[in-house]
Amino acid sequence: MQITVNVNGTEHARVIEPRLLLIHFIRDELGLTGSHWGCDTSNCGACVVWLDETPVKSCTVLAAMADGRNVMTVEGLGSDRGLDVVQQAFARCHGLQCGFCTPGMMLTARWLLDHHPDPSDAEIREALSGQICRCTGYENIVRSVRWAAEQQAVNNHGQQP
Amino acid sequence: MQVPAYVEYEKATSVQHALTLLARFGPEARILAGGHSLIPMMKLRLAQPETLIDINALTDLRYIKATGGELRIGAMTRHADLLSSALAGQHFAILHDAERVIADPIVRLWGTVGGSLCQADPSEDLSAAFAALKATMVIASLDGTRTVSARQFHVGPFETVVEPGEILTEIRIAIEPGGGSAYEKVGRRVGDWPVGAAGAAVWLDGAGDLRAGGSKAGDSKAGDSKAGDSIREARIGLTAVGAEHFSAAAAEEFLRGAPASEESYARAGQIAAEHCNPVSDQRGPAEYKRHLACELTVRALRRAVARAAAGPGGVT
Repeated sequence: MQITVNVNGTEHARVIEPRLLLIHFIRDELGLTGSHWGCDTSNCGACVVWLDETPVKSCTVLAAMADGRNVMTVEGLGSDRGLDVVQQAFARCHGLQCGFCTPGMMLTARWLLDHHPDPSDAEIREALSGQICRCTGYENIVRSVRWAAEQQAVNNHGQQP
Repeated sequence: MQVPAYVEYEKATSVQHALTLLARFGPEARILAGGHSLIPMMKLRLAQPETLIDINALTDLRYIKATGGELRIGAMTRHADLLSSALAGQHFAILHDAERVIADPIVRLWGTVGGSLCQADPSEDLSAAFAALKATMVIASLDGTRTVSARQFHVGPFETVVEPGEILTEIRIAIEPGGGSAYEKVGRRVGDWPVGAAGAAVWLDGAGDLRAGGSKAGDSKAGDSKAGDSIREARIGLTAVGAEHFSAAAAEEFLRGAPASEESYARAGQIAAEHCNPVSDQRGPAEYKRHLACELTVRALRRAVARAAAGPGGVT
């Protein structure tokens, strides 16, 4: 079947088998290897991308289900003006060690901050609870998201939080 | 690498269209809602449909509303929708309790209420929650719609009364004032199926009449119920412990008219556990699950009664 998916603002038309998973479409068909293929059982969250306005574990979605929709991967998180504040935060606060879980963590963090600009630590941990960091670097990940929230408030309002 | 077997794919644009596609492709076609149960099953070859009929475009099945004295939940309602619905939580706190511990926040954004019910996993949380609420399932076919009680919905593990050519479209729960409900689950980790879980919905004698009679809900306080209040009606749902119809009919019968007391909860928990048939598996030994059936029934009853006594806007 033929599908057309808008990934990070660019339309991609491909002929695929209906059983193709979205994560493999993104990585193997489009060559966008920022999204990581991890547990394959929707537990680890390394494969999280946005499907329209919602994060999703792309190992558990068919590429066919993304036909006519918008996908955002980690490659689409930043812009020509620079890194997204969440990416800046992970770099600044050492929010990654091996980096395997990082793309998924950042895409979920972006969604969290879009909906809850000032989350508590408990809310950050809850939001990320479906994602696994095998380096167990959770403290710094939570710290990164909190820094991103504070920095975003500064950027948006020009004042210290 | 886990990949589903070869499958055909069709995208439905309406309930009618989905039903037409089901009729055309026959009994080896499966409805694809959120896919978060079905796709993992397909990867493991536990499900091997010939055709998937994707109903994610059926946004008219995504709603939560109160109509005609019932809470009505569209089958394509995402778990996250139910968890964030103030309307659902106001009438049935059990639904929020259960949704909070179903899968994880990302999976809840995509997985659907109807899909979870139709997957009919013997450990499904919502099956117990809706059994506790004695919900009604609305099932559509090209011939019209029919309704089935939540307690008659499951035929066996991974099997429901939804026939080939039919779609679950809605879940209805009668709104009966004065009740309280709660859900208690023990799982090994975030996102996992329960080792055991219990839900309860109770109505205390007189409480509903009082509120319906015009007392201001805001005036009621936690602990309003005096020791010695009795239980007018109790409903108990159980999952992952081999309970018939995801419920505990004998314990419900015992509770009707019993005092709302720790002794009653303990006896009801014992009865519920005696009627379970748990199996030992990687989540725990059967005896532990039986223990959970008892203890979680007690906890769910205790919290449901506290909520019923507190009234709307009371303690959670």
